[in-house]
Amino acid sequence: MDLKTRALTKSIWVFHVSAGSCNNCDIEILDCFTPRFDVERFGIQLVGSVRHADALLVTGIVNRKCTPRLKKIYEQIPKPCVVVAVGQCALSQHMFRFGYNAPAPLDKILPVDVYIPGCPPKPEAIIDGIVKLVNKIRNKK
Amino acid sequence: MDNMRDKIKEALGNRILEWQENSPKRVYFTLDKKDIFETVKVLFKELGLRFATASGVELPEGFEILYHFSFDKAGEFYSVRVLIKDKKHPQIDSITPIFPGAEWIEREIWEMLGINFIGHPNLKRLLLAEDWPEGDYPLRNKREP
Amino acid sequence: MSHKVIVPIGPYHPLQDEPEFFQLYVEGERVVDIDIIIGYNHRGIEKLSESKHFDQVAFLVERICGICSSSHPYAYVLAVEDLLGGEVNVVPERALYIRAIVDELQRIHSHLLWLGLAGHFIGYNTVWMWAWKYREPVLDMFEMITGNRNNYAMFKVGGVRRDIKDEDIPILKKTLDELVPAVDMFRGAVMDDPVIKARLKGIGILTKEQAIDWCVVGPTARASGVNIDVRRDEPYGVFDRIDWNVIVEKDGDVFAKTMVRILELYESVSIIRQCLDKMPKGEIDADVKDIPPGEGIGRVEAPRGECFHYIKSDGTNRPIRHKIRAPSFMNVASNKVGAVGGTISDATITLAAVDPCYCCTERVAVIKKANNKKIMNGWDLIRLSQEKTNKLKEGLSNARDK
Repeated sequence: MDLKTRALTKSIWVFHVSAGSCNNCDIEILDCFTPRFDVERFGIQLVGSVRHADALLVTGIVNRKCTPRLKKIYEQIPKPCVVVAVGQCALSQHMFRFGYNAPAPLDKILPVDVYIPGCPPKPEAIIDGIVKLVNKIRNKK
Repeated sequence: MDNMRDKIKEALGNRILEWQENSPKRVYFTLDKKDIFETVKVLFKELGLRFATASGVELPEGFEILYHFSFDKAGEFYSVRVLIKDKKHPQIDSITPIFPGAEWIEREIWEMLGINFIGHPNLKRLLLAEDWPEGDYPLRNKREP
Repeated sequence: MSHKVIVPIGPYHPLQDEPEFFQLYVEGERVVDIDIIIGYNHRGIEKLSESKHFDQVAFLVERICGICSSSHPYAYVLAVEDLLGGEVNVVPERALYIRAIVDELQRIHSHLLWLGLAGHFIGYNTVWMWAWKYREPVLDMFEMITGNRNNYAMFKVGGVRRDIKDEDIPILKKTLDELVPAVDMFRGAVMDDPVIKARLKGIGILTKEQAIDWCVVGPTARASGVNIDVRRDEPYGVFDRIDWNVIVEKDGDVFAKTMVRILELYESVSIIRQCLDKMPKGEIDADVKDIPPGEGIGRVEAPRGECFHYIKSDGTNRPIRHKIRAPSFMNVASNKVGAVGGTISDATITLAAVDPCYCCTERVAVIKKANNKKIMNGWDLIRLSQEKTNKLKEGLSNARDK
């Protein structure tokens, strides 16, 4: 596994994008950084600019207005990067999938590496998902 | 306790076409759409009711808009019903010139149902994407998917 | 003529994008205009409602907003029960108390969440961490009652889905007792800290006339002296059988809005305690079968204000129209007068003070053309706000040392 990808697995800096979500998943992601779960002790940080990020956390159904913006963000994030779909909406658009404003689910727009189901996934589930992701990257040769 | 029902009936007189009391706190009354501006002025400015929202729906007989006003002191709701019979070019006077709180609400109805609000200062897209096709109104009954 | 500069602000959930969400027009340091464009969260829920039956709609509306996750289903079931003849005539008494408990717990968690974010914006990250730390026991209470930290699936037409077990009640009361010293600490911090006072007082003022003209609701209105609260005006559930107060302030600035929310925390704790004591034994569900044709309006006092649902039914098992008006829809629009006139460093806290639930409102952005385009992103603005706090701190400590 090359150096760049291996570097990804240590102290991941995440950039969070909410593309048409109810904000529940977003709050649970922010909860991971609060004292009870405190992922900052693993070096995981929430960054303000996509150009500093290693991982892209996406929540929400990706509605029509957000789709081009999400693609733009993905173009800006330095590669290699990982895309994490958090929450049922990012996985399959949940109960909004037959709505008029939900063109395509996330994995038809971006290549997704990890799916974290739940509505919303508990912070423990999000951390578990990140751990599985790290192991997956490390095991890839 | 003020009797708001009597005050409304007195102020609007024979503009009221129909009066319906679904429950002690819910009053629905129907007006002709040409009277809406004056009526809202009376309800908001003179009687001091609070505007909660307006909802539109497409029925076989036309577009029905309900303006919901709240009388907070008694916890009652007075909903003004107007029917726009012209389905090809539906339009009605805007109430935004009376108070700015109505601006977004009328924009949303315009965007979802295609009803033109005459006199609205800023009738443009609020919720839908920029590339949403013109003339496609999501809350109308017959739409191409 | 001075240059006009566009300064964008992102929503408080870190989502950065181009075009940005708020682009304020500034001349020098002052905000002169703001145009608001929303739509990033629009999911077509009103239309989807028409294709689901009445039971399913309760699950759908729960996900309008994650923070006011019980207000929307409560307002929806109230609308349907209004159609059926009124909540008190349909719903058994124990269910009314359980509804009030869930609703008020949600208010506590939402206000603590807001407090944390407001703290973050003015540079008090400790406030953020502590507010969210004390939010966790509230979420634990939710998990004990409903099975989930958010999205409770408690409300159904005619009652609630789950009961509160008697053996859980002492634990719930104990957690509430532990919450009160924390709220005391926050109140002391906000009222006694001269820097916070300097930061929040006189900022983002919304006068009473403006509050009425823009039809704002909730703590935003109550902070400006408009005395409205759905729980008192049209009591639903058990709010007419319980002792509690409506908190009203008159200054209309961010400080007033903060105080309204902190004092409401005490009221909520008191309401929940009374409900846990007074709750009778009995059924929790009236097992409503058919919804006759008609219309119904339901409204509740969500943490952000009056949440309004309107249902029109034609006798089938699906609504023909479901109108949802979330409180933030009215409150965010009022930023047009609330944020204009202030400085850029105050912009984030002013915009956040109406407690915009973007998912309720569908995200906010501002676009306007200008002569000069200088783009700062949302995080720059938050940093500006935090720097102002630091400067104030230095200024105040220098004044003290003299």
